[in-house]
Amino acid sequence: MSAPAASSSEPNAPILRARAITKRFGGLVAVRDVDLEVPRGGIVSIIGPNGAGKTTFFNVVAGIIDPTAGVVEIEGRELIARPRRTWLEAFLWVTPAVMVAVIALLLGVQGSGESGILLAGVIVVASLVTTLLLAIVRPAWYQRGIARLGILRSARPNDVVQAGIGRTFQNIRLFQNMTASENVLVGMHLRLKSNMGDHLVSSRRQRREEEGAARRATELLELVGLPGREDELAKNLPYGDQRRLELARALANDPILLLLDEPTAGMNPNETAQMTALIGRLRRDLSLSILLIEHDMRVVMGISDRILVMDHGERISEGTPEEVRRDPRVIEAYLGTSA
Amino acid sequence: MTGAQQPSNAPAASGRGARAAASDFAGRHRSMTIIVGLAVIASILPLIVTLPPFSSFSPQVIWIDGFTNAGVFVLLAMGLNIVVGMSGLLDLGYAAFFAIGAYTMAYAGSPFGADFPGNVFWPMLLIGAAVAMVFGILLGAPTLRLRGDYLAIVTLGFGEIVPLVILNSSKFTDGPNGIGGIAAPEILDFVFPTVGNPWPFYVTMVALIAIAMILIYRLQDSRLGRAWSSIREDELAAAANGVNTVTTKLLAFALGASVAGVAGVFQSAKLTLVSPNLFRFDVSFTVLAMVVLGGMGNIWGVAVGAFVIFLIQNVFLKQLNIFFDAVQMPFFKDVDFLQYQFLLYGIALVAMMLLRPEGLFPSRRRRRELHTSEDAEFGEHGDPLGASPE
Amino acid sequence: MTSTALSVSQNPFVEAFRRQRLGPYLFVLALGLGVFFVFGPEQFVNAMTKGAIYALIALGYTMVYGIIELINFAHGDVFMVGAFVSLFVLTNVLGQQGPAADPLVMLGIIGIDILVTGAVMGIIGVTIERFAYRPLRNAPRLAPLITAIGVSFILQNIIQIIYGPSPVNTPQIIPPTARVQIGDVSIGWINIFIISVSIALMIGLQAFVGRTKIGRAMRATAQDREAAQLMGVNINRTIAVTFFIGSALAGVAGVVQGLYLGNISFTLGFQAGLKAFTAAVLGGIGNIAGAALGGFVIGFVEVSAAASGLAVWSQAAVFAVLIITLVFRPSGLLGQQLGERA
Repeated sequence: MSAPAASSSEPNAPILRARAITKRFGGLVAVRDVDLEVPRGGIVSIIGPNGAGKTTFFNVVAGIIDPTAGVVEIEGRELIARPRRTWLEAFLWVTPAVMVAVIALLLGVQGSGESGILLAGVIVVASLVTTLLLAIVRPAWYQRGIARLGILRSARPNDVVQAGIGRTFQNIRLFQNMTASENVLVGMHLRLKSNMGDHLVSSRRQRREEEGAARRATELLELVGLPGREDELAKNLPYGDQRRLELARALANDPILLLLDEPTAGMNPNETAQMTALIGRLRRDLSLSILLIEHDMRVVMGISDRILVMDHGERISEGTPEEVRRDPRVIEAYLGTSA
Repeated sequence: MTGAQQPSNAPAASGRGARAAASDFAGRHRSMTIIVGLAVIASILPLIVTLPPFSSFSPQVIWIDGFTNAGVFVLLAMGLNIVVGMSGLLDLGYAAFFAIGAYTMAYAGSPFGADFPGNVFWPMLLIGAAVAMVFGILLGAPTLRLRGDYLAIVTLGFGEIVPLVILNSSKFTDGPNGIGGIAAPEILDFVFPTVGNPWPFYVTMVALIAIAMILIYRLQDSRLGRAWSSIREDELAAAANGVNTVTTKLLAFALGASVAGVAGVFQSAKLTLVSPNLFRFDVSFTVLAMVVLGGMGNIWGVAVGAFVIFLIQNVFLKQLNIFFDAVQMPFFKDVDFLQYQFLLYGIALVAMMLLRPEGLFPSRRRRRELHTSEDAEFGEHGDPLGASPE
Repeated sequence: MTSTALSVSQNPFVEAFRRQRLGPYLFVLALGLGVFFVFGPEQFVNAMTKGAIYALIALGYTMVYGIIELINFAHGDVFMVGAFVSLFVLTNVLGQQGPAADPLVMLGIIGIDILVTGAVMGIIGVTIERFAYRPLRNAPRLAPLITAIGVSFILQNIIQIIYGPSPVNTPQIIPPTARVQIGDVSIGWINIFIISVSIALMIGLQAFVGRTKIGRAMRATAQDREAAQLMGVNINRTIAVTFFIGSALAGVAGVVQGLYLGNISFTLGFQAGLKAFTAAVLGGIGNIAGAALGGFVIGFVEVSAAASGLAVWSQAAVFAVLIITLVFRPSGLLGQQLGERA
């Protein structure tokens, strides 16, 4: 992640801005030059026929795929872009150890007997371990230095979560063999601060934090309409409840933006209406911004502030529901599917 | 976070109510339960073996010595459980970390190395763990990004390479001869006897197991333990919820390796020698079998499973040989059961995965996990519309 | 998602040329030439022979992985059992103790041996799949891996119990002394035989997967199992065929191993398995031509290490190749560079 761009302190600045996103898989261009803005507190839907590239676009924004081109900004901060010079980073990891080895050889370590060689070996290994750990832990100063070298590493999914984005999946991806409560607790992973030391000694801080977390999990489950189901295994929940649980999990991190991938897929009209109402409530009560992929036109038309229409990886139309409904290009590509 | 159950109030189910209440208590006072439980077991075992038929196999001191050796494998199984059972990472070269811990102790305590006296054993427990941990990080850092299958192969290769390197670096490891003369542990001025009196090692091992259990249980119930489970369940979803899969997997690997390191240090000090033969793939495979058979993810189950399997391997199979030799039964007396043991493990592993993947001693929850999906085909647990987009 | 589907070029050289992926082939060629000039033609032939054997085994790994995304740990041991089955066929069934008199008779004997062993191992492979892997097709990833390890141990131990732990001698029907002279270089007929049989089989497999209906079914299943099923492909049968072919090829590898080295042991599969799997990964897992290329590369690496006096480190060298491949180019020599990091 590069240093923050002109940070947007204006209350009207969009919470998400994706510019010229392109994703190429070998010869196939899945997404071509798509722009999108999600206004703060707004609900934006992405629609389009199957294979239009909606999920790929989604996955780019969620940090699962690196874009071939284009930039995604969250609250004005550049989060996702095409990786640059990643080879240089790998080079940096290996260099100190190699340098130590070279220096050791130049100092004639091979002639200094076993202990000399051993010492040199230990130092080489130690420097390698240090750089590897640096690469894994990535403290802030390391990231700044990396950025200054022009190395750009696009945000990974968990970096995206850290930036305040929560997401659900098209095919529900709950932790099947964990309870509802535990699923939500994993969603809170970045909010909980106890570390290894706390875990090992079962400190008071840890216990307090866990209790607070359990309470919050219960609240979230109630919020999405699953009161009292904390100890049920995720895979034993009925389908509609699983979707709700996924939502609760995504909310556990106090996100500012929710990415929902077909939240009403496989639901009957009743459940769909409930889910739609829930989404609206979440936007209102939690001041969330929401970006969703949907096929059900009633949901899309009913709840969206703006709609982006995609086909063949390109942006066909964008605007308010009224504008989009009347856009001839949309009608042509999509033929007014009023599920 | 252990999901305590509600005790039932119906009189007919009072048995279940008591059991539920007991497990509830155990959940809240876990460390105490572990210490007491292990103390009780550790006290009863020496008494049981004075009874027939066990007393006819071997005298008590031999039994106790055997239990201590079993304890090494209990530690190994608990360590591998963190990697395979809790985090779902298939590590097939676990014996390599065992070897590293053992050789670290050898370097510290034998004339071949630094030749420290026996009280180096206690700090070496930590140092050996640390050294093994470093190797765990070294191996894990480049390879944990790989898919599960590849990780398995890579760890297998590592598990092959380490004994090979040890075998062939005679200058550093005295190659196939191994390193001998390792100092036995010492406290104050008391040196642990390596023959004769098995009790000091026995008690130490029980203490080590207790400490390891307490710490591992705490980790399992913590944020880290949940992260491990989430990675095992669905790595992508875990990352999408903020879990740093790389560091979390690395932690599992590193901690698992460190437990093996501790076991290695202990074994070196007890046997007072190390050799590359002790760390071949057989060991990795046996420990894996213990984890699988004992119930992956279930800490107590794995410990019990390891203990039972070790006894089967080292005591009962030998006894079967002796028995059938003595009885002179026509077919069985020619059978060498020891030779068959890995065949049996192989069959057991396959049978386990097909029939009872939750292991021989599953936690109640694990059995729910693995079997309820069948019940969920029908009724309220199923998808009412049959329209889930899977 | 990743594309590890079974991929086949119509004609590997034309395809690679068209897609400008001559690189990997040139690399292998360069490596081969390096071995030839540095270590001599005999070692080169040795490397090609070993490589051919690894390639045959690697084909099984790569095909199975391509179609069900499972590393068949037991595959190396299928190779080993094949070697013993071949021993049985040669000594007990055909009554051969050593080289035969007449070249035609030699070929006849070996031919029968290959057919029988291949068929037997194919059947064994299908049986293993049916009972140990198929029930776990939808189980969590770990389960079939563990059963595979279990099966591996079962096979090893059965052979160990029957034949004992020490290496066993096998009749070398084509004696190592039968050589052909090219200039001042003498090449054993056995080497020529092994290399040509292997290459013939690989080309045959390439054609089979590329042009027959079953081959198409295999490729379709590898790419998208559900879609293939919806198109009417019998998934179970297709997977069974894949296992049959892979195991049969491993069986043939076992035959030639015995003929080449003159002795076999129950640990053969474990060591060869790791190397052959490395070959499959190196070439690009799921890619048949890749497995062949990878096999030869591993042969070169191993012989180079051994001829440099670092014989014991040849295992480590192969392992290093595996790690480097997986870390820096996980798609292998002939695979595609994937842009995702799921």
